Order: sequence, then C-alpha cells, then structure tokens
Amino acid sequence: MKTLLMRLLLGLLLFLSCTPGLLAFVAPAAHSPDDINVRISKLEQQTADAKSSADNAWMLTSAALVLLMTGPGLALFYGGLVRKKNVLATMMQSFAMMALITVLWALFGYSLAFGAGNSFIGNLHHLFLWGVGSQPDLAYSATIPQQTFMIYQLMFAIITPALITGAFAERMKFSAMVLFMILWSILVYDPMAHMVWGKGGLLNASLGGYFPTLDFAGGTVVHVTSGVSALVCAIYLGRRLGYPHDSMPPHSVVLSFVGASLLWVGWFGFNAGSALGSGSLATSAFVATHFAAAAAVIGWGGMEWVKNGRPSVLGAISGAVAGLVAITPAAGFVGPMPALLIGLLAGAFCYYMVAKVKARFGYDDSLDAFGVHGAGGTLGALLTGVFASSSVNPIFKDAQGNPLPSGVLQGNVHQLFNQFVGVAIAWALAAVGTLVILKIVDATVGLRVSEEHEIQGLDLSQHGEEGYYWEVST
Amino acid sequence: MTKVEAIIQTSKLEPVKNALHDIGVEGMTVTEVRGHGRQKGHTEVYRGREYTVDLIPKIKIEMVLADDMVDKVTQSIISTAQSGKIGDGKIFLSRVDEAIRIRNDQRGEGAL
Repeated sequence: MKTLLMRLLLGLLLFLSCTPGLLAFVAPAAHSPDDINVRISKLEQQTADAKSSADNAWMLTSAALVLLMTGPGLALFYGGLVRKKNVLATMMQSFAMMALITVLWALFGYSLAFGAGNSFIGNLHHLFLWGVGSQPDLAYSATIPQQTFMIYQLMFAIITPALITGAFAERMKFSAMVLFMILWSILVYDPMAHMVWGKGGLLNASLGGYFPTLDFAGGTVVHVTSGVSALVCAIYLGRRLGYPHDSMPPHSVVLSFVGASLLWVGWFGFNAGSALGSGSLATSAFVATHFAAAAAVIGWGGMEWVKNGRPSVLGAISGAVAGLVAITPAAGFVGPMPALLIGLLAGAFCYYMVAKVKARFGYDDSLDAFGVHGAGGTLGALLTGVFASSSVNPIFKDAQGNPLPSGVLQGNVHQLFNQFVGVAIAWALAAVGTLVILKIVDATVGLRVSEEHEIQGLDLSQHGEEGYYWEVST
Repeated sequence: MTKVEAIIQTSKLEPVKNALHDIGVEGMTVTEVRGHGRQKGHTEVYRGREYTVDLIPKIKIEMVLADDMVDKVTQSIISTAQSGKIGDGKIFLSRVDEAIRIRNDQRGEGAL
C-alpha cells in the first residue's frame, strides 16, 4: 500500500515536471541546473533563428532588387538610348541574360565562382548546386541559407554581362551575343568573382587573399570587368554605320529615365544587400549608396550646366548611374561624407570620359558602358582604398581581433597599392578574355549583322518584331 | 516653279539631306510615310500568329524649286538614294502656280 502511494506521488511529480508552468505554481524554484541549460540553449537557438529569418528576409528582398536592375532597369535605360528600330533587340539582350546566366549558374557557374578551388577559380564541388541547401556556408554568410547566398550572387552574374551590351548595341548578331556571353561568364566573370569574393581568392580581403582588395559590392568584379570588356567590344566590332556623322539621338529619354530610376532603387539591394545581413552595415552601405548617387547627379549635371549652359535630363540620370557605380566598391567601407565626395567626383569624371575622351579617340561605345562602368568602377575602386574606414567596417584585424586601419586616410597607405592590383587584374582579365572570346565568336558565327540588317534594325532582322507596331486606328 | 516629291528609303534621309544642302537647297518638308510600290513587305510573328506588313516605312521629301534647280536636285537625289534594289522609291515632279510667303505676302520665286 505504501509503495503504491509512493508510485502515485512519483507519477504525479513526473507529470507536473512536464508542465513547467504548472510545476512553478505548485512547487516554485524546483529547476535542476540541467533544465536551465536546456532552456538557455533553446533560447539561443531561437535567437539565432530569429536573426537568420531577419537576415534571410532582407537578402531575398535584395536578390529581387538586383534582378530588378537588369529587367526592367537596365533594359529600359539602354532601350531608350537606342534608335527605335533597335529597342526590342536591346531590351532582349538584357532579358536574355536573366535566362541564360541563370541556367549556367545552376549547372556550374556558382561552383566555379564560389567553390573552394584555388586562388583564381573555384572547384566543381557545387556542380548542379550539389550541397547548396538550407544550411549556411559559414565562410560566406553564417546566418542565411547557402541557397539564398547562391541566388543573390546569381543576380550579380546576370547584370554584369548585361552591362556590356551597351557597347555593341545596334550592330551585334543575337546568336553571336548569346555565344559571347556564355563564354564571357565562364572565362571572365566566374574567375573574377572567385578572386575577389571566393574562398581563398587571390584578392579576397576577408578570406585570406594575397592582395586583399576592398570591393564591397563589385566595383572590380562587376563594373571594371564589364566596362573594360565593353571598350574592347566597341573597338573590335567597329562603329555603327553612319557613326559619328549621322545623328543617333536616344529615341526615348523617357524610357531611359524610368530605367535609371529603377536602377537607383535596385542598387540598394546591390550594395546594402552585400552586407549579407540586415544589420547596421547594411544601413551604412544603403546611406553611402544613396548619397553618392545624389552627389553624382549634381557632379554630371553641374559639368553640363557649366559647359553647355544648361543641365540635361540624360546627363542627370547618367550621373546617378555613374555615382552608383563608383560607390559600389566603397559602400560598406566609407561613411556618408566620403560617399558624397566619391559621387561628386564620379559624376564629373564620367561626364568627361563620355563627352570628351570618347569623342577624342573615336570609338563607338554606343551607350557608354565603358565611360560609365569602366571609368566609374576604376575610380571608385581606387577611392575605396583612400576613404575606407575601420569604424564603418573593421575588415582588417590583428591576431587579438582588434581592428586595423583600412584606408589611406587612416594611415594604411599600402591599401591603395592593393586596390591598384585588384583593378589591374580586373582590367587585364577583362581585356584579354574578351579579345579571345571575340576572336572565337567572330571565327564561328560572326559578330556583326549584315549592313542590310543593320539599316533595317535589329528588332526586325534578329527577332521579326517591332517595338512600336504601326497601325491605323479604326 | 516645280514641286519635287521624293519618296525614299528611311536610311537615305540623312545622306540626301546633306547632298541637297551641299547644292544649295534651302528648305524642305519631310514626312514619315508608309506605302509600297512593287516592293514586297515582310512578315512579323507575334506568339505564333503571322502578320504581313506590306506598308513599309518610307520618307517623303517635298520641295518647291525654281525651275533651273530641278535637274540638279533630281540628279542629286538619284545618285544619293540609289541602292539599285527594289524599294529605292520614286520622284514626282509637278507644276506649281504660285508661292506665297506668309510673313510678308511676297509672291513668286522670291517667296521660295
């Protein structure tokens, strides 16, 4: 009888211990140390999950914003700048990247760029996205699924080749463009992305690169590579028929205006998203991005106002893009005031490159992909080495984990050398890679459309459609 | 006075304009037009549906000239706008009875 009572009591106690709230009411202060440890680790897990959810929400939003930059942003920006017989073909060149590069990225591109590999290129461990799932890759971003990191990086791989299309607008065969971009993505983009952002990459600043180059969101990877490749394309393909004697004004600055404004908005995903989380670093990159764009509008527009007596709308929107390009490597490393200065300088400098240097040398960089992205990206990458501050982002640390100076203004003069090395490698890889690819494409499918097709326009000759179908209203 | 109406390929507008300027033509009226002569149009396909475009974009240049200018102008247009293929266009000449400058009611060739 006594043992039965004991058992009943024990059973009751066991039941109550399963319902802690009830237990606390019945028998306060009855926690064992083990119980507290379990609860703490549970709480830690919940906190980590909450942070992960917050970061993931921002990163997925950012990925979508970066895709918005290509289509509709860049497609409208470039589409408005060409003559109306080429509007669809030009937009299609950007849109085709959204399809083409995505497939390449899924099959092997991500692995080549972000697999461990060597100093120059990733390995094939993530072929067909093998092992890229909900678990984070701790080296890249500890709080978001690697699949989020993968899709975010894909959007960069899409817009970079799309930027080049501005250089050979209105005269390249669609088939040639497709082949060119497949090869370019593999031979130029993937290696460059690996060198700057990949594990063990030659220029990686946070994962033990030999020349730690500061490139927050792709000044070298995206803008220098695309801009320099654009210049090589423009020179290799030659001028459009009639250039520069015939006037070829943009057929719709209105479309370009909408496109540039969308680029500005999308760029918050591009730069602030490159914090790879939703913390204060993202805020700082967001602020720097916006400030640089604003100052660059004033820089480019101001130059026009002084030189031509009035500022143009196309100048204002081109200035914004130039400022966004230049702040891309620096956002996340510099404060708001240096961001304003970088933007102002980029606006004035890119105006000079587009309005003066291009005319002086006579190459037909039709939509100024080099003048804005090549020139602005180079300027921004170098200025990052000057203005980078450890108080914004303590990227370099000593053995004890104390922050070391980042840029020249903090006393790290050597950083400017590293930035120069990063820029030089990007220039060299882009120039040589693009030249080789152009030779291959030229020898196989041929680069330029026939003279007849160029006169007819690429919309009709390459796609059998018209951007603005003519009909009689009935 | 003679009115010259030249219908030409759209891509020839710039060269023709420049050539006419070089031989001293001071004014012209240019219209974007659609039409066809013997030239066949082309087809466009939207979501599998074929559309035949037989009214092709052309440029029409109109000028009224003093008679001694007409030969020079037509020769200039022919040599500049000719590609030798179907679709190069046509030139029509017609007599003009009077020209009036609205600004000061000036009449005749002086008003051109």
